[in-house]
Amino acid sequence: MSDYKDYLTRQVMLGKMNRREFLGRAAAAGILASTAGTLFATSAQAQEPKRGGHLKLGLEGAAATDSKDPAKALSQFMFVVGRNWGDMLVESHPTTGAPVPALAESWEPSADASTWTFAIRKGVKFHDGKELTLDDVIKTLQRHTDEKSESGALGVMKSIKEIKADGDKLVLVLTEGNADLPLLLTDYHLIIQPGGGIDKPDAMIGTGPFKVTSFEAGVRATFEKNADDWRTDRGYVDSVELIAMNDATARIAALSSGQVHYINRVDPKTVNLLKKAPTVEILNTSGRGHYVFIMHCNTAPFDNNDLRMALKYSMDRETMVQRILGGYGKVGNDFPINDTYALFPEGIEQRAYDPDKAAFHYKKSGHSGPVLLRTSDVAFPGAVDAAVLYQESAKKAGIEIEVKREPGDGYWTNVWNVQPFSTSYWGGRPTQDQMYSTAYLSTADWNDTRFKRPDFDKILLEARAELDEAKRKDMYRTMAMMVRDEGGLILPMFNDFVNASTKQVKGYVHDIGNDMSNGYVATRVWLDA
Amino acid sequence: MAGRMMMESGPLTGPVSTDGTAGATHPRSAELSGVPAKPNPAANPSNGEIDGTFWRRFTFRRPLAALVLQRLGLSVGLLFAVSLMIFGGIEALPGDFATTYLGQSATPQAVENIRKDLGLDRPWTERYVSWLGGALQGDFGTSWASKNSVGEQISKRLGNSLFLAFFAALVSVPLAVGLGMLAVQFRNRLPDKIINVVSLAAISLPEFFVGYLLIMFFAVKYGVATFPATVYDSMTFTERLSAIALPVATLVLVVLAHMMRMTRAAILNVMSSAYVETAELKGLGMFRIIARHAAPNTVAPVINVIALNLAYLVVGVVVVEVVFVYPGMGQYMVDAVTVRDMPVVQACGLIFAAFYIFLNMAADILAIIANPRLRHPR
Repeated sequence: MSDYKDYLTRQVMLGKMNRREFLGRAAAAGILASTAGTLFATSAQAQEPKRGGHLKLGLEGAAATDSKDPAKALSQFMFVVGRNWGDMLVESHPTTGAPVPALAESWEPSADASTWTFAIRKGVKFHDGKELTLDDVIKTLQRHTDEKSESGALGVMKSIKEIKADGDKLVLVLTEGNADLPLLLTDYHLIIQPGGGIDKPDAMIGTGPFKVTSFEAGVRATFEKNADDWRTDRGYVDSVELIAMNDATARIAALSSGQVHYINRVDPKTVNLLKKAPTVEILNTSGRGHYVFIMHCNTAPFDNNDLRMALKYSMDRETMVQRILGGYGKVGNDFPINDTYALFPEGIEQRAYDPDKAAFHYKKSGHSGPVLLRTSDVAFPGAVDAAVLYQESAKKAGIEIEVKREPGDGYWTNVWNVQPFSTSYWGGRPTQDQMYSTAYLSTADWNDTRFKRPDFDKILLEARAELDEAKRKDMYRTMAMMVRDEGGLILPMFNDFVNASTKQVKGYVHDIGNDMSNGYVATRVWLDA
Repeated sequence: MAGRMMMESGPLTGPVSTDGTAGATHPRSAELSGVPAKPNPAANPSNGEIDGTFWRRFTFRRPLAALVLQRLGLSVGLLFAVSLMIFGGIEALPGDFATTYLGQSATPQAVENIRKDLGLDRPWTERYVSWLGGALQGDFGTSWASKNSVGEQISKRLGNSLFLAFFAALVSVPLAVGLGMLAVQFRNRLPDKIINVVSLAAISLPEFFVGYLLIMFFAVKYGVATFPATVYDSMTFTERLSAIALPVATLVLVVLAHMMRMTRAAILNVMSSAYVETAELKGLGMFRIIARHAAPNTVAPVINVIALNLAYLVVGVVVVEVVFVYPGMGQYMVDAVTVRDMPVVQACGLIFAAFYIFLNMAADILAIIANPRLRHPR
């Protein structure tokens, strides 16, 4: 127990945990709140946030077509907009990825993890002054579960069979057990809106730290501090301005001239130039997004596991990370999970570039002639360069890869998930279960490697309902090994999220959940004049 | 730059055929080809009742008005053709709205919902007709992606684009014409050479590069200019002006050379003609010759090139808008194309085409007014 206390203290000192989280977790661990309180006060004084100021962010990813309805939010820009004005029931912990309370104060699963009971926080007010009720929560979730809705969370919500009230508690009944349910509710579409947002989905009324003062799609959004915020450990600045900047050079110019405090999506190619500016700080965070080369396991010649292994061994991962990511990333190990996930299976041997082994498997596969790889720069930044690098490293193993550059327009429709060997990108998912269910379950819509294995599916479904963490971890390890050694996935690298700020910006939290401090950047930082 | 090269090919005349579009309203389709037919010498006004139609008499009596009407008819026909091309073009693009909009998060169910919602399962001819019907009544529909009224959004964006174009024109047109005249006056001397070299350099650089250079020096290094050039509702007029300073400067640099060199060439062309020589021999001063004798005859080509550049300032500034983060029409259309938001793309395309056609028409008409000989071609 004292180890855990030390850990918590260290997190606080590193500024990685705020007071509320600390108290919550300390209480959960049985540490007396009073002890914890003094501990926090002595260790974290240096990190005391300043309040006030006008924070300006220059963000990529806005479009004139952006919808104000959180159900339809897709772009990076709307992701941050939503985080500013709204709250979900559950948030994920920035460094551990574990679920932490937000509008839901606590939760309790049934023994088979198929029925979950949530206590909803009381005394929370929406921006229009109305108090948050259980009814608002139920209606919100119902709106996102509706088959007719265009909600981006529909896939996440389809496992929820019933949403009902039990006294003042929320009860969710699932079609099957799911130990990760609280994490699913962290989905950024699931902002709790008054009346569920059924009447006015576009109103942008929420319980978040900032109220929307103006919004022009594809141009700009402004916010002012929500004086009635139910939390005091966020929303340090008085006002926030998000400016749409889709041109990478424009973002860099705006940051280095001090016109904005923070920009997202810094190109790895220019990051070293930007680093030279004395006022600028590069903020790179390990993430779950990964760049992939995908082979269809059921299509010749990739239906031969020896050929797949040959192609896996002929990938020079270290060079990829250096050349394509500019060093801002980590090597991958041919399964879509890295150590930012809770229950990451440790100790699996790292696959390395090995032309001899590649040649061995290639010979054994009996394949001859060139292997056609389709790519385009929309697959991921630098995908064409990566394909050419791959071509070079495979040549040393005697494997000829023919690189075909496809038009970016329509790549996701005509090439990805259609052609047998192509390049692609995956963003992370909140849980391992979701990552595997999205792309590796036999029946998944986006099984883009055509990995269809009943034994794999069985373990996946079992792990989903397993509440015992040790057992679950074991299952995830088995699944990882199956994908790694028999799947059609070549995963050379996990990319960092590379953002940058001026040195005035303090308190930036490197959140493993998603880019831009999991979208919370504006609510977590403060300005130091 | 490709867009601009295309525009240099001159006003839209001649090659456009007349079949079916505007031809139906006119008895003599030959007149619609851009070069009006010569009036029949026998058809004098007195016997027009007998062998001529109303249109013929009108052409003879009011050649200018007739030409204007023809140009208008032609423009409307062109717009129809353009609307069809825009619609067909988007139809031919790979991928549709539902899949593109939902991207990697598209479940078959969500895709199906959207397609049904938007009527994408109907044949495209049906959708085209209903869209055109709406557009003719000024209703451009609602954006598929944001569910906002397209007309409303466009009016704001178009306003921004016109604001930028207006100030760019305000600076560049007088400057270009003035510099052109200056260059002629100092022909082959130092000022002429400087003007030439500088303007050639400016036109040779792509606009994004000019933009980046300006940003680097005036925003990043010296911090004297406002960047980004984002304009929004609550801005005052002076704030707006300061915001657009850099994009306007970029646009001026980009269009200046073209207009300036055309002015210079046109004046020089006239300067070598006999009547200018006469004026010179009369002992008139150089400036007087240029201003009084040469300039009026250069109006037609100069107006043409100015019109082309004005059109460019409205429809061709996408790159400049992106670089300076300026919320104009170009940026709006690019966003819409990316997600295949058809109503927005169509409306933008149509408005761009209308601008282009209108400015060319205006240039033609002004050229005819300036040069009466064009009214009665041989």
